[in-house]
Amino acid sequence: MPEVPERGPPLRLELQGIRKAFPAVVANDGIDLAVAPGSIHALLGENGAGKSTLMKIVYGVIRADAGRILWEGAPVDIASPSDARALGIGMVFQHFSLFPALSVAENIALALPATRDLGALSVRAREVSRRYGIPIDPARTVHSLSVGERQRVEVVRNLLQEPRLLIMDEPTSVLTPLAVRELFRMLRQLADEGRSILYISHKLDEVRALCDTATILREGRVVGRVDPRRESTRTLAERMIGAAPPALRRTPLDRRPRERLGVDWRALSPGGADGVGLRDLRFEVGGGEILGIAGIAGNGQSALLAALAGEMRAASADAVRIDGEPVGHLGVRARRRRGLVHVPEERLGRAAVPGMSLARNALLTACHHGLVRRGWLRPGAISAFARRCIDTYDVRCGGEHADARTLSGGNLQKFVVGRELLQSPTVALVAQPTWGLDVRAAAAIRSALLGMRNEGVAILLVSEDLDELFELSDRIAVIAAGRLSPARRIDEAGVEEIGRWMGGELPDTSAPERTGQDHAASP
Amino acid sequence: MRFAAPLAAAAASVLFGSALFVFLGLEPLAVLRTFFLSPFRDLYSIGELSLKVAPLALCAVGLAVGFRANVWNIGAEGQLVLGAMAGGGFALAFPDAQGAWLLPAMFVAGALGGMAWAALPAFLKVRFNTNEILTTLMLTYVAGLLLSYMVYGPWRAESGYGWPESEPLQAAARLPRLLDGTRLNPGILLALAVAGAGWLFVARSFIAYRMEVGGMAAGAARYAGFGRGGMVWVGLLAGGACAGLAGVVEVAGTIGKLRETISPGYGFAAIIVAFLGRLHPGGILLASLLMGIFYVGGEAAKVSLGLPTAIIGVFQGMLLFFLLMSDLAVSWRLRWRARRDPVAGA
Repeated sequence: MPEVPERGPPLRLELQGIRKAFPAVVANDGIDLAVAPGSIHALLGENGAGKSTLMKIVYGVIRADAGRILWEGAPVDIASPSDARALGIGMVFQHFSLFPALSVAENIALALPATRDLGALSVRAREVSRRYGIPIDPARTVHSLSVGERQRVEVVRNLLQEPRLLIMDEPTSVLTPLAVRELFRMLRQLADEGRSILYISHKLDEVRALCDTATILREGRVVGRVDPRRESTRTLAERMIGAAPPALRRTPLDRRPRERLGVDWRALSPGGADGVGLRDLRFEVGGGEILGIAGIAGNGQSALLAALAGEMRAASADAVRIDGEPVGHLGVRARRRRGLVHVPEERLGRAAVPGMSLARNALLTACHHGLVRRGWLRPGAISAFARRCIDTYDVRCGGEHADARTLSGGNLQKFVVGRELLQSPTVALVAQPTWGLDVRAAAAIRSALLGMRNEGVAILLVSEDLDELFELSDRIAVIAAGRLSPARRIDEAGVEEIGRWMGGELPDTSAPERTGQDHAASP
Repeated sequence: MRFAAPLAAAAASVLFGSALFVFLGLEPLAVLRTFFLSPFRDLYSIGELSLKVAPLALCAVGLAVGFRANVWNIGAEGQLVLGAMAGGGFALAFPDAQGAWLLPAMFVAGALGGMAWAALPAFLKVRFNTNEILTTLMLTYVAGLLLSYMVYGPWRAESGYGWPESEPLQAAARLPRLLDGTRLNPGILLALAVAGAGWLFVARSFIAYRMEVGGMAAGAARYAGFGRGGMVWVGLLAGGACAGLAGVVEVAGTIGKLRETISPGYGFAAIIVAFLGRLHPGGILLASLLMGIFYVGGEAAKVSLGLPTAIIGVFQGMLLFFLLMSDLAVSWRLRWRARRDPVAGA
C-alpha cells in the first residue's frame, strides 16, 4: 500500500553537517539537506560538486566522515545499500545494473530479497506498471529493451519495494523528449502519493519544470536553497557555477555554403561499437556550417563516424567526398591529410592513449603536421605542438609530459579538441564533445567549435544532448535504427518532430524526390 | 615501481632458490657463490658469460619490438635455428670462399633466414587472423626437425664418423677470438650494436611509436589509422631477423659447424629476458646478463656441486613467475575479504 500523504513534519530525510574527504579533495563539506514528504527535491550542481558522493552516503555505498542522517525524525546509521532499502530508500543509478541475458521478471527478482515465485512477482510488476502508467513486459529479455525501457525496469524494481524516498541520478541523460515527459508524469504521481524524490541533475530546464525545491552544491558546499519554479535558468546557472555563464553567439548563415563534406553511401555493413549498420546515407555539410546529428546512442552513430573517418572504407571512392575529391576508398590517415579531423566520443583509450604523455598523444593525429621527418620523430616540434595546444585551449595539466590519464575529463577533452582544431581542418567530425563535462569546460568547447565554424570548417556534430544540438547546429538530422533523416534548418526544426524521429518514426527517405525537404534550406 | 618489479623478482628467485638448496641438503651460501661469483672468477669465465649474453640479448631486443605492439612471437628459438641454417648453410655452400666478405654475407643470410621463418606466422596472422602464439611456437618444432633432416642427410660430414654433424666451417667463416685465453668473440659487440639500434628505433622512429600505441590502446590505434597489419609484419620480422643473427653468432662462433642442437633454449629464455628488461633495450642488456649468469653459474654448479642442469630451467621459471607476480602486485592490492560485514561497525 502506498504511504498515506502526510504533510508537515517530521521531514522524510534530513542531513546535518555531512562531511566526506577523499585524499585529494573534500567532496562534501558540512552539507545540510532537508527533504519533505511528497516533495520533488532537486540536487543541482556541476560535475564534481559532490552530488554523487552525497547520494552514495545516503544510499549506504560510502560512509560520511562526520555529520548526522535523520530518517523521519530519527537518527539512523546507513551502513549498506540493503540498510537503505530496508528503511525505504530506493535509487535508480545513471548506469543501470541489469543482466541483459535475463528476463525483466528475473532481473527484478534478483534485487528483491527472498523472492522465489516469478509468477507472483510478474503479477505484482504488472500491477505497479499499470498503476503508474509504466508499460513493461516482465517476460521480455533485457537485451531487447531500449535504454528508456531499461530505465523503466529499474524504476519498477525500486517501486516494488515501496520506497518512501526515491533517488534518481541524472535520469534523463539517455531519454528522448517524449520519454522524459512520461518520466516526469510518473514522478509527479509518486510525489502525490507522498513519496519523496531526490532528483540529481545539472539540466536547469528540467529542474525548473519538475522540482519544488532545489539545493545547489558547488565545490562540496551548499550555496543555495531555492524554489526553482521562481528562478530563471540564468539565475540558477549563476548560482551553480558561481559566475554568469558565457554567452555563445551563432550568427545565422546568410546563404547556402559550398559543400566540403559530401556523402552518398548506399549500404554500410554493421560496424563500430554498437553493431548497427546504416542504409542510404546521403547528405552534405557545407563550409562554415554545423550539421547536428541527434539520436539515442546505439542507433548507428559509431558506424556513421567510422565510415566518415575512414576506419571503414567504402566500395566506391565516390561514397565520401572532401572538398569534391572522392575519398571513400581511402583510410584514416589519407583522409586526415586531406583536412579531416575527428573528435571521438571515448576520450581515454581512443582519442588519447591513457599511459602516454600529452606530447606523445599530440603525435597520435597531428603526425603529418611537421612532427615527423622521414619516419623519425622530432621531439622539439612535438613538445611545441603540445604546449601550443595546452596554452591555446587552457588545458589544466602538469605540462606536456603529464600522462593523459592524469587529466580530468574536461581538460583532456579540451586537449583533444584543441589537438584536432589546431590542424587547420576542412572537415571536423565531432561526437559527444561535452558529455560529462562541467558547464565551464563545455562552454569552452562549444565556443571553440563555433569559432571553427565561423572560419569555414564543415562540422558534423553527433550528440545525444538536444539542447547542445539546437544551440550549435545550423541544420539538424536524426539517426534512428541505422537510418538518417532528412536535415532540417534549425529555425524550422521543432523539438517535437525531432523527438518523434528519435523514437524511430522517421519520414520516408527511400524515394529521392522526398529528400526535397532537405533542399528547403538551399537557395 | 615499473623498475622495482624486476628487482623484486630477481631477489625472490634467489631467495626461493636458496630454500631449494637447503631442501636438497646443500649449503645455500656455497651454491650461491658458485652461481653468482664463478661467472666472474677469471677472464675465461667472463668470456663464457659474454657468449651466453650475446644471443640472449640479440633475441630479446628483437622480440621486444613485437611485444611492445602486443605481437606475441614465441618462436625466436625456431627463427634462431633457421638463421643458423641459412648462415651456416651459406658457408657450407661455398667451401672454398676465403674472403672477408663471407662472414657479413653469412649474417645477412642468417637474418633473412630468421625473417623468412617469422614471415610465415606474419602472413597467416594478417591474412587469416591465426594466433601468432601458436604458429610461431609450432614452427619452432618444424625448424628443429628441418635442422635434424639436414644434418642427418645432405649436410652430414664424411669425416664425422657418422655423427649428425656438418663438416667444420672454414676459417673465414668463423668469428675471431678477441682475447687470448678466452672464447670471447665479437658476438657481444653485435649484441651491443643491435641493442643501440633498437633503442634508437624504439625512442625515435614513428613506426615504433605507432606500434607502441597499438600495444597500449588498440582503440586509439584504429582511431589514428595505424594499421594492425604493418605492426604484425614489423614486429615478427624484427624478432626473426635478430634471432637469425643470434643463430649465426652461435654457428660461426662457439660451435663452428652445424649440428642437431644449436641453442640451449636461448630463444625461449629471451622471452623472459625481454619482459625482465621491461621491453627496453637497456633493460634487456641487464636482464640478459642476469640470465647469462644463470647459464654459466648453473654449468659451474653442475661441475663442482653435482647439481643437475635442470637447475637453470628452475631458475628461469622462478624468475618469470616472480616477475609476473610482482607486476601484478605493483598494480593491484590483495584484499582478503570482499567487503565489510554490513552490520558490523553500525
